[in-house]
Amino acid sequence: MTAPVLTTSDVVVEYRGRPPLRAVDGVSLAIGAGEVVALVGESGCGKSSLARAVIGIEKRASGTVTFGASDVPVLGIRRRPRALTGMQMVFQDPNSSLNPRRRVGDQIGDGVSAALARGEAGSNPAEWLERVGLDPNAARSYPHQFSGGQKQRIAIARALAARPEMLVADEPISALDASTQTSVAALMRALCLEAGAGMLFISHDLSVVRRIADRTLVMYRGRIVESGHTETIWQGPIHPYTQALLAAIPVPDGAGRLPITPMDADRLAWTETIPEALERTAP
Amino acid sequence: MSILAITDLHIDLRTSDGPRPIVDGIDLVLEKGRIHGLAGESGSGKTMTALAILGLLPESMKSSGSIALMRDGATTELLGASRQVLAAIRGRRVAMVFQDPSTSLHPQISVGRQLTDHMRHHLKLGKREARARAIELLERVSAPDPSGALSKFPHQFSGGQRQRIAIAVALACDPDVLLADEPTTALDVTVQAGVLQLLRELVDDSGLSVLLVTHDLGVMSAVADEVTVMRSGRVVESAPREQLFTHPQHEYTKSLLAALPGSALEESPEALVHELLAAPIQEDAQ
Repeated sequence: MTAPVLTTSDVVVEYRGRPPLRAVDGVSLAIGAGEVVALVGESGCGKSSLARAVIGIEKRASGTVTFGASDVPVLGIRRRPRALTGMQMVFQDPNSSLNPRRRVGDQIGDGVSAALARGEAGSNPAEWLERVGLDPNAARSYPHQFSGGQKQRIAIARALAARPEMLVADEPISALDASTQTSVAALMRALCLEAGAGMLFISHDLSVVRRIADRTLVMYRGRIVESGHTETIWQGPIHPYTQALLAAIPVPDGAGRLPITPMDADRLAWTETIPEALERTAP
Repeated sequence: MSILAITDLHIDLRTSDGPRPIVDGIDLVLEKGRIHGLAGESGSGKTMTALAILGLLPESMKSSGSIALMRDGATTELLGASRQVLAAIRGRRVAMVFQDPSTSLHPQISVGRQLTDHMRHHLKLGKREARARAIELLERVSAPDPSGALSKFPHQFSGGQRQRIAIAVALACDPDVLLADEPTTALDVTVQAGVLQLLRELVDDSGLSVLLVTHDLGVMSAVADEVTVMRSGRVVESAPREQLFTHPQHEYTKSLLAALPGSALEESPEALVHELLAAPIQEDAQ
């Protein structure tokens, strides 16, 4: 891997309370250009908190995030500095990420302006619509005129129009119908690779992740418990949590096999740190 | 032996432009002691079909056709049934479990009361008998500390435990039919596995019949005996589980399986992207 585009080092996110809740407990990762890294885990494991910390909208208790040559400050809702528009986001629900009162072409145009402001090449919003498989003449339409899957593709077009070097996608496919989930995820991968951008793809759906991620990070209770080459992890998970997670996925082969339910006693082993399970490489 | 038969069910939404079909003439037969999966994407009409069975359709919907509930040779027509008939059937002979247990359980009423209320009403059980049965049910669904759980409130349980309690509430009056609408969709996969196992055991042990509504074909493959696939209010295909997953007849079913990682007909991500880009207006706008 060449120099990584995005690096995090020992990121900790805590939420107030007694005792404070440590949602992200020291996560370090690095993502290179043209690399798709998936972050998987169940609800409450801290994956969204980590994503928010990476893009600077969540306060970090400690740790650093570096994008390109610059540190990512904690921005909250403040406008991000120009250089940071090279990192773009796609969120779970396109209904809340697209402005319902603006034409989709104009919203994609915002992305184009961000690219121009950084001295990158401009482009035409209609072109982007076409690249995500929508009618280029629909640029004058409003978000409500599209279905959920189409809206998410518009959100993806808007993010990519900014010509990002890094795309952070938090559950971008979970609100979509099952028949379009894999194809939209695969489309995101294809467009990122084409643009030479890296992608952090956050999902709870391991079967889709397997199809599109070069590397996978498995998160449990704020820590990365297993990481490395996706297919290697899939074929032979080492960490007991990864093993339980993979065994619990129902296989759609029509054989009527029940997925394996983890025993409560097994859960105790899930927080263990197993060094061999980290940074796994292809055989 | 069939226990529930839906024949030529139509559900129309009343709009200012006239009726809009939501369910457009479907037939479905639920056999005793089986899990019948009703699959389809959002807006296909699967939830409305389930709601119609219990007469729970919103005011704005108009239904026609027949939904017959059978027992001991006697048939009860549920569609258009009177309030009294429905009241005697809801929770007693046909019960329902919804997607989100935190909305289907009452947050301010103890688990014990939610379990015993309709037992006392429908089965005329005394306080003590109802309590004993409630503990039995909680044991049956593997809820932790059954007798202690009775005095607790729903928020004191995790999502998976809450769904188990919701299933226990549904089973309180020993119904013939359980309608389960996306019962595991809100759960993590490791928790989902346990709930699916529970459903299968209940069906195998007690002869319960389940209509399982879900968009998740993985879940269908794990527990359903028969699968009916719906699209835009119509039945596209209905077949025994194994046949549906290995030899689907209809193009739509094939396309669903093609997009499903791990299925026999799975296509490569590249092929899926190609199709997505080639057929831009394939989805139905909501």
